[in-house]
Amino acid sequence: MTHRLRFLRTTSGAAGCVIVLFVLLVAVLGPYVAPHASTQPIGAPFSGPSGGAPLGTDFLGRDVLSRLLFGGRSVIGLAAAATALAYLVGLTIGLVAGYSRTIADPLLMRTVDVMLAFPPLLFLLVLIAGAGSSVGVLVLGVAIIQAPSISRIVRTATLEVAVRGYVEAAVARGERAAAVISREVLPNILAPVLVDAGLRFTYSILIIASVNFLGLGLQPPDSDWARMIGENRAYISLNSLAVVAPAAMIAILTIGVNLTGDAIARSLGRSYVPRTIRSVST
Amino acid sequence: MTSIGRSAAIRVESLCLNLDTGEPVVEDVSFDVAPGEILGVVGESGSGKTTVALALLGYMRPGVNLRRGSIQIAGQEIVGRDARSLRSLRGKVISYVPQDPGGALNPSMRVGDAILDVLRAHRSGAVSDDSVHAALTRVELGRDPAFGHRYPHQLSGGQQQRVTIAIATVCEPPVAVLDEPTTGLDVLTQNRILLELRRLRDEEQIAMVYVTHDLAVVAGIADRILVMYAGRALEHGPTDEVIEHPRHPYTQALVAAVPDARHPQALHGIAGVSVGVGEWPAGCSFAPRCRHEVARCHESVPLLVDAGPDHLVRCIRWEHLTLTERPTGGPRTSVAAVAGAPLLEVSGIDARYRSGHTEQPAVRDVSFAIDAGKCVALVGESGSGKSTIGRCIAGLHVPSAGRILFDGEQLSGAASSRSLEQRRRIQIIFQNPFESLNPRHRVRSSIERPLRVLRRLSRDDAEREVGELLERVRLPNRLRDRFPSELSGGERQRVAIARALAAQPDLLICDEVTSALDVSVQAAVLELLQQLARDLQLSMLLITHNLGVVACIADAVLVMDQGSLCETGSVDEVLSTPKHDYTRRLLQAAPSLRDRSQLEA
Repeated sequence: MTHRLRFLRTTSGAAGCVIVLFVLLVAVLGPYVAPHASTQPIGAPFSGPSGGAPLGTDFLGRDVLSRLLFGGRSVIGLAAAATALAYLVGLTIGLVAGYSRTIADPLLMRTVDVMLAFPPLLFLLVLIAGAGSSVGVLVLGVAIIQAPSISRIVRTATLEVAVRGYVEAAVARGERAAAVISREVLPNILAPVLVDAGLRFTYSILIIASVNFLGLGLQPPDSDWARMIGENRAYISLNSLAVVAPAAMIAILTIGVNLTGDAIARSLGRSYVPRTIRSVST
Repeated sequence: MTSIGRSAAIRVESLCLNLDTGEPVVEDVSFDVAPGEILGVVGESGSGKTTVALALLGYMRPGVNLRRGSIQIAGQEIVGRDARSLRSLRGKVISYVPQDPGGALNPSMRVGDAILDVLRAHRSGAVSDDSVHAALTRVELGRDPAFGHRYPHQLSGGQQQRVTIAIATVCEPPVAVLDEPTTGLDVLTQNRILLELRRLRDEEQIAMVYVTHDLAVVAGIADRILVMYAGRALEHGPTDEVIEHPRHPYTQALVAAVPDARHPQALHGIAGVSVGVGEWPAGCSFAPRCRHEVARCHESVPLLVDAGPDHLVRCIRWEHLTLTERPTGGPRTSVAAVAGAPLLEVSGIDARYRSGHTEQPAVRDVSFAIDAGKCVALVGESGSGKSTIGRCIAGLHVPSAGRILFDGEQLSGAASSRSLEQRRRIQIIFQNPFESLNPRHRVRSSIERPLRVLRRLSRDDAEREVGELLERVRLPNRLRDRFPSELSGGERQRVAIARALAAQPDLLICDEVTSALDVSVQAAVLELLQQLARDLQLSMLLITHNLGVVACIADAVLVMDQGSLCETGSVDEVLSTPKHDYTRRLLQAAPSLRDRSQLEA
């Protein structure tokens, strides 16, 4: 177990983990410790920080701190669900396309090329316009946007690993494709995949935040970091904290996830790839 | 030709290099090289030979520092110079030919421009295309006037290496350093490059340092040989002396490890693993692996002493050892042929590779048979299609025509459609030990897999058998929980052999299993394979480009040229009286310790 957690010993890995844990704690435990309800006005709109409301109030007079503590679940939960769904689809397509070397590869990849041609945000907006705005549509939409590029990355990594001796040895043993892929291929493409997963997750957050910001995602009065920015941005001069605080949460979450992903990938890369490609002469 | 009485082109005196952490990498190495002389620096991986070679250029890999010593190139001291003045020397006074020309040439630069680059850096005034052409002509690439306009990827490996030699010699430097320039090239190309170097030495009087792990390669061109081990020079003398009368047990072991196509002998690997940096023992660093070690060897590091005219050796017992005789004994002892049908019968197979939209034929109408208990070698240059045949038999490549009979039954094309028993009985070992083991699986789980999948053993039984298999390939049991990245190349290849043996196969396909290994490790692996074949009654298909290896362990040989077999027969027959012109050329080009003067065009 220790060698799996080795990435924590690097500065970026430890810092990333602390940041991610902090944001997750805020999102998960926030609603239980919030001083006020997230939807009830507690005073005049746009009052500055005070004892009762350390971050002031928003455009309806609701407590910004409480809304901040309530508003993380939706962004993180939706982004995580969408990324997971995107990976489920993208990883499968990429592994099958990269490993099979049959007609499935060009078929899948050309389909993916077509998907990549759609502008992501526009695609999501059209989907919402057609199917209505709901949690399911948001998750599905973001997953459809992400899956094609995931499958490309996975396919490229798979192509490289699939010709290695250990994969061929497994094929010569007559092992089923599923066993070869899960035992021999998947563990060896984890490094690029994990870095990518970090980026994907932050990208999912940004797309969902964009849609929420435009008011097309989650509907009021529920609290959500991106919606908070959207609702209060016109009045940024009156209580800047109402915009800056949720924006900062999204920003540090993004940074934390990327730092962690990088550190994990680097720790995998260092131990599982020979340090120097040793050839006959060293 | 010795350096005595002539002004040396290279003079290295008590060179000591350290790691940042203080561990010595190179200790007290001294040598002279006269103009027009080639010094062969020979040693296993980790012996410090490349570190010494790079130090001649004033270059140290990150983490390496010079502790003391002096390096003079053409009379100029290298040590203590700043980066800028070193740069002005490199290419002009001393040049470097790297091991991997494909990686060393800039893929986006035409080769002519790469040569011009060096000229511009060192010559004031205009440089013309004529000098590029002259440089290419020097390495016999001048016939095509447009050659300089090609990109590296349009050249063969041999041509690429010639270009790097052209780059290294364009400013006519008095000194050149060559780091394994022919490793990775096939024998015919290697032979041509060696001839080229010899000509450059004779015509231009360039002093060269040639670094290699293969004594046989330098035997033909080097005037003197320096044998390195664990950062120290163990023996240093004229080539003939060192090879005919090695004074150090290590040199003798290296000589015994070289397979020779024309004089087959039993191969003897060097036991143990070469010591790494930071693990140097207190006494003689070779003592732990030496057959002649006594207690005194472990007391202090032996001094380099005179063992004859111009012949230095670092061994306290050299006077008492007789190392000159070569190991005797029959080179091959094969099992008597079992009567009846051959184990494997390949008839008329064709195989193609898809490249882009066209299909390239790789193998055309190849037929042969392997009798039970026999070792058949499949020989050819890279690209001759020999690996494809191995892959067809292993079920990794589906032949487009022909059939393969195994023990009387026809084999399906793909491994997945063969019976469990057929898959178990045929096993393949791959060329590159750094890619043949899954880096994410421990040794134990790599070996367990075939036990579980092909022999359906229970977890406990499989675990027990892993220990036996490791013992069989002579690996200590403590390696079972290691990851491949923690093993040396030779150890990895042994694990790969253990993995193949786990299936209890009848036929073992060895695809260039030793070509990525040091010569001494190669000998040990071949010795092991040979013994296993005898003990377990294995039949083997040995795919290789090295005729020396063939001569030492195979019974029959198939010579392949451009996708089809051009000559077949018993090893004695084919190697002593080759009929096909191609076989003759291969044999001629095979490096040999005994027939050193045979290097011919």
